Amino acid sequence: MTDTDQTSPAPLLRLENISKVYPGVVALSAVHLEIWPGEVVALIGENGAGKSTLMKILGGVIEPSSGHISIDNVAYSRLNVAQSQAAGIAFVHQELNVFDNLSVAANIFLGREIRSSLGLLDSAAMSRAAAPLLKRVGARFGPEAQVASLSLAERQLLEIAKALSIDARIVIMDEPTSSLTLSETRTLMKVIADLKAHGVSVIYISHRLGEVEECADRVVGLRDGRNAGTLGREGITHDAMIRLMIGRDLKSLYVEPAQPRGEPILALRDVRIASNPRSSVTLDICAGEIVGIAGLVGAGRTELAEAIFGIGKVIDGQVLLDGREFAVSSPRQAIAAGIYLVPEDRKQAGLLLESAISDNIALPDLGAVMHLGMVSDRAIDQRAEDQRLKLGIKTDSVRRNAAELSGGNQQKVVLGKWLSMQPRLIIFDEPTRGIDVGAKSEIYALMRALADSGVGVAMISSDMEEVIGVSDRIVVLREGRVAGMLPRSDFSEHNVLRLAVGAK
Amino acid sequence: MHKKDMGLAVLIIVVGAIVYLRNPLFLSPINLGNTANLIGLFGLFAIGQGFVIMTGGIDLSVGSMIALLGVIFVDMVGKYGVPWPLAIAITICLGAAMGLAHGLLITRLKMQPFVVTLCGLLIYRGVARGYTGEATAGFPFGASYPELEWLTIGRSFGVPHAFWAMILVAIVAWLVLHRSVFGRHLYAVGKNEDAARYSGVKTDAVITGAYVISAVLAAVAAVYFAMFTKSVQPSSHGNFYELYAIAAAVLGGFSLRGGEGSIIGVVLGAVLLQELQNLVNLLGIPSSLNFAVMGAVILVGVLADQQFNRYRERRRAARALEGLGQEATASDTRLPVDGPRGGPDGVPRSS
Repeated sequence: MTDTDQTSPAPLLRLENISKVYPGVVALSAVHLEIWPGEVVALIGENGAGKSTLMKILGGVIEPSSGHISIDNVAYSRLNVAQSQAAGIAFVHQELNVFDNLSVAANIFLGREIRSSLGLLDSAAMSRAAAPLLKRVGARFGPEAQVASLSLAERQLLEIAKALSIDARIVIMDEPTSSLTLSETRTLMKVIADLKAHGVSVIYISHRLGEVEECADRVVGLRDGRNAGTLGREGITHDAMIRLMIGRDLKSLYVEPAQPRGEPILALRDVRIASNPRSSVTLDICAGEIVGIAGLVGAGRTELAEAIFGIGKVIDGQVLLDGREFAVSSPRQAIAAGIYLVPEDRKQAGLLLESAISDNIALPDLGAVMHLGMVSDRAIDQRAEDQRLKLGIKTDSVRRNAAELSGGNQQKVVLGKWLSMQPRLIIFDEPTRGIDVGAKSEIYALMRALADSGVGVAMISSDMEEVIGVSDRIVVLREGRVAGMLPRSDFSEHNVLRLAVGAK
Repeated sequence: MHKKDMGLAVLIIVVGAIVYLRNPLFLSPINLGNTANLIGLFGLFAIGQGFVIMTGGIDLSVGSMIALLGVIFVDMVGKYGVPWPLAIAITICLGAAMGLAHGLLITRLKMQPFVVTLCGLLIYRGVARGYTGEATAGFPFGASYPELEWLTIGRSFGVPHAFWAMILVAIVAWLVLHRSVFGRHLYAVGKNEDAARYSGVKTDAVITGAYVISAVLAAVAAVYFAMFTKSVQPSSHGNFYELYAIAAAVLGGFSLRGGEGSIIGVVLGAVLLQELQNLVNLLGIPSSLNFAVMGAVILVGVLADQQFNRYRERRRAARALEGLGQEATASDTRLPVDGPRGGPDGVPRSS
């Protein structure tokens, strides 16, 4: 099982031929990855490329279907959580795993608490032990601080300190900067350099290519669950990385609208929403156009969409539908007016996963599938069958549960729900997250077809290629307000980011 | 009829056959009539419980409600001479008000159904006992209400009216749950409240509606029980009935997580429970073991059902994996998204 070669230096970690197959999907297919001591390896790839699955295998959370993992030349066919931790693999999660109600020191030593001779918690000792760790990560908070009072960035530093406290040899950072400010990101870069100097390896997962360029020694690309290639230190450039991730030139995405944009369908005038009461938004969405809505995490894009859809509350300002005041207080009203939302969280808000495809599609409009005053399953199936053909939903029967479909087909079901009614305005929130390349372009084509048929389309997206490649114009939100609007001629990643972060 | 319901029906027949072979009295008209009467009484409010469980909630207040409304009904008719149709109407309205209160507390004030209805259980029982001063509420000696008695404890074609009432309620409930927009919305809310709301379902109204239905059917059952026992002993009347209702629903294929179950299922569940009760009596098992028998059967039944489902899931997954082997190289290879809040890369809800 082992092919130990004592003479040549070995990587700290080697993944060989790792595959992970789920019913209906192949998440990973024969993936290789090597990590050497003191190396910063950036793992890049589009959403759904398999990065997280691979990292979960490393963390011992999921079991690979086949392949080998060797750590220090000891081969395993799978890891469990304890083995992963014992090997010194530590995670700094995107969804932070810290406990609000505990102090910083208590979080660091959670599960490994230092005890006094009486067997009670020795808070003082833990604080003393935590202090140097916090210093190393450049934290400006002390070990006794309550986690509830820390910002997202500070919590991240806390997680890194925790990783250091267990003598981590490989620290995995999954989108660590997605909610950090620029200066906080600088601090993180310094921490990474420091980790590296101490011989700790870092696996850095990020969509922010600038950061990757700055900190990575090596870039490993994943695409559709396979290795897409590796870039050495000198080879790391934006273009090379984009080629690795996408494997083709996405600039060709854009399709001209068939007709000039029409009258505004929805107009927001100084609209303030309950979740962001201090800033107001003024914005038009017109018939026949695709408006890209860009911005950083926390810019208030989803909240704005939900307020328009009646989930959140509009507390001030005017919402005009076709020029007339439109007070929306529930999704039901929005739907009745033809304003539909394709929510970001497909599994939680978009679909009843454990219901049939057809029941999902008919749900908002059951009144239309009545026969003799009763809901007719036959009419429901017929309606779904129409959408299956129209949208190309890949399934052998519309009575199958939505959970059995792939991400792209699930998204088509969400769309089918709305397209079987009379859309005026459809807001897509991260419409292609976790969807494969093929289905993505189908969804883009659908959005364009909708716009061309006179529907207003708004698309919230964090995927820069998508925003730039699909939109007719881009509205950038920052901290709940419109930071700027870009016409097609001004589209560039640079311009969008500049507005998003508020740089001059 | 679903496979699940079919399985339950078969179980009922098998148990019935065994009991009959051991004691032929099982199929005697008297025994059948009595059992049918009990099935009707318990089935009435078990159906209501089914609506609540469909939403993923629970109604623990049913038994106490039957006691309190029973006391009130008996007093209205027996003590204050309220005409019985009016008394029934008032009883049902009171029940509806209680259900509405439960529903509003749960949906508007975001309280947990268990807590709200547990408090209901305690409060209604306490009020019933306090109101009567622990005395049994009964009709005056010699009083007789022929129409009311015909309606509640009379028989047609040899079958007790409680059973007919339950059948009637079951038919209406079937139409409501399986063939109306409200019913479909109930299923949707039970499966995924968020997604239902995003699809334009008035989730709060739907959930509140379920508690009102449960309470109204409990009120109807309260009238039938009061007439059946002829007097209401406020500290013991209806004790544990909510658990019978929950048991019937669970036996009938309802999931306490919500979104699953059928009216036929809960009715069959009520039938099986009474059959088991009957089994204990007819086979000479000490009646103190009553609950133990019931609990054991529910446990085994639910377990068997779960194992069977798991087996089917596994077979389905295996088939999917087989099919995938051939097209593993196709482009449509996608990550399943894990966790309710994130995309496949664990991307948290952004912006």
